[in-house]
Amino acid sequence: MTIEATTIEATSIEANQAEIRTPAAPLVGTGGTIHPVWVRLTHWINALAMVMMIGSGWQIYDASPLFPFEFPAPIALGGWLAGALLWHFAAMWLLVVNGLVYVGLGLWTGRFRRKLLPLYPGQVIADARAALSGHLSHADLSVYNAVQKLLYLGVILCGVVIVLSGVSIWKPVQLRELSVLFGGYDAARYVHFFAMAAIVGFIAIHVVMAFLVPKSLRAMITGR
Amino acid sequence: MFGSRKSRIRKPIPGVDSQLLIRDAAKLMPDPTRRLFLRGGASLGALAALTGCDIVDETSAETALQKISYFNDRVQGWLFNPNRLAPTYPDSMVTRPFPFNAYYPEEDAPEVDKDDYAFEVGGMVDEKKTWTLDELYALPQETQITRHICVEGWSAIGKWTGTPLREFLRRVGADTRAKYVWFRCAEGYSTSIDMATALHPQTQMTFGFDGEILPRKYGFPMKVRIPTKLGFKNPKHVMEMAVTDKYLGGYWEDQGYNWFSGS
Repeated sequence: MTIEATTIEATSIEANQAEIRTPAAPLVGTGGTIHPVWVRLTHWINALAMVMMIGSGWQIYDASPLFPFEFPAPIALGGWLAGALLWHFAAMWLLVVNGLVYVGLGLWTGRFRRKLLPLYPGQVIADARAALSGHLSHADLSVYNAVQKLLYLGVILCGVVIVLSGVSIWKPVQLRELSVLFGGYDAARYVHFFAMAAIVGFIAIHVVMAFLVPKSLRAMITGR
Repeated sequence: MFGSRKSRIRKPIPGVDSQLLIRDAAKLMPDPTRRLFLRGGASLGALAALTGCDIVDETSAETALQKISYFNDRVQGWLFNPNRLAPTYPDSMVTRPFPFNAYYPEEDAPEVDKDDYAFEVGGMVDEKKTWTLDELYALPQETQITRHICVEGWSAIGKWTGTPLREFLRRVGADTRAKYVWFRCAEGYSTSIDMATALHPQTQMTFGFDGEILPRKYGFPMKVRIPTKLGFKNPKHVMEMAVTDKYLGGYWEDQGYNWFSGS
């Protein structure tokens, strides 16, 4: 798929589809609503909870860094270790309860199946190429492209990993099976850190995209 | 929930230079312009407490965050399985040298004289008496190789030898229906634990470390080793113990660290 293909009249269907990639999937009868209320509510509660967890998590990390760097005080939440722990062990309830509601409803209403599946590596590569060359359409917000599906599935998986690894750090004796799953206490700290890094990477891309496609931000607020 | 949290008169910490303590605490305290977790009064209150001033009003410290921490104490108490043992390790995995960690530098660790030592036992026990070190050493002893986990996140595997606390509580006729066991240390440090943890088989009155008498830097003459709790709940240089129904907090707990802190 090259620039030439988009400017030259192409006869093959493939070339036509290469011009602007539009993810194809049947629209479900939603009456025009892209994101129902429960999606929007859980989304923003999650955003708040994640900011508190990551900010306080960075402050906790600074008490005993895993790598030769510290997160600067202005972006860390809590002021010192005690404060950070208070934030972290408070916001965790919000994160988990809200997360369970989101995943539960996502599975029960069939939304995950409709929006996030199927996902094929071929699609991901093609859509990623299109995105990076500015040829990926965002005309229909109700249908996710393959890159979105991959990232949304990925961040949900990272969310599960970060919570479980966090709990295993918190309760290595009472829940030692969980610790074993991650390779022991020290290993769990690294798993927790890398899951955070992946989530932060997702947030960076996600927020940039929301600003590049402002109607997507509006859709997550008003539903349309 | 855990007893009265009304204002407490703080006694000055004997043997500790208040000025040094303030400077030390200031390094640990939040940047004054960014008190994100406690309202201003509470931070000052915590600092004032270290120098022995009265806390006039603690209600400003009862923030939502602190209340959630108390809720977490209940959750952890419910989660605590008295039959679950902390993992043990082979001698080859002991961290050598074992790290020193305290809120003062190593050269300032309290020096307790072996011959002057008189361990005080009080509160809801039948036998309120003081114990000499030789009397304590005569008690049956066990060795454990367990992981010490600091609230900061790091950990180290150590080898501690001593008497199970529950065995000692039995001997002094402690009321095991009481809620807490409280410990006071030589330089003023204190902590308290729930009775269920006090009775856990691995909770130990420690007299030896890595095959030798417990050195000064690790808590001579006696430490209380609790592998089911974080490091700061494992007091060193313990001088006094009391069995009580009163919530008495502790040095770090009173400054905002979670009281139960179970692993």
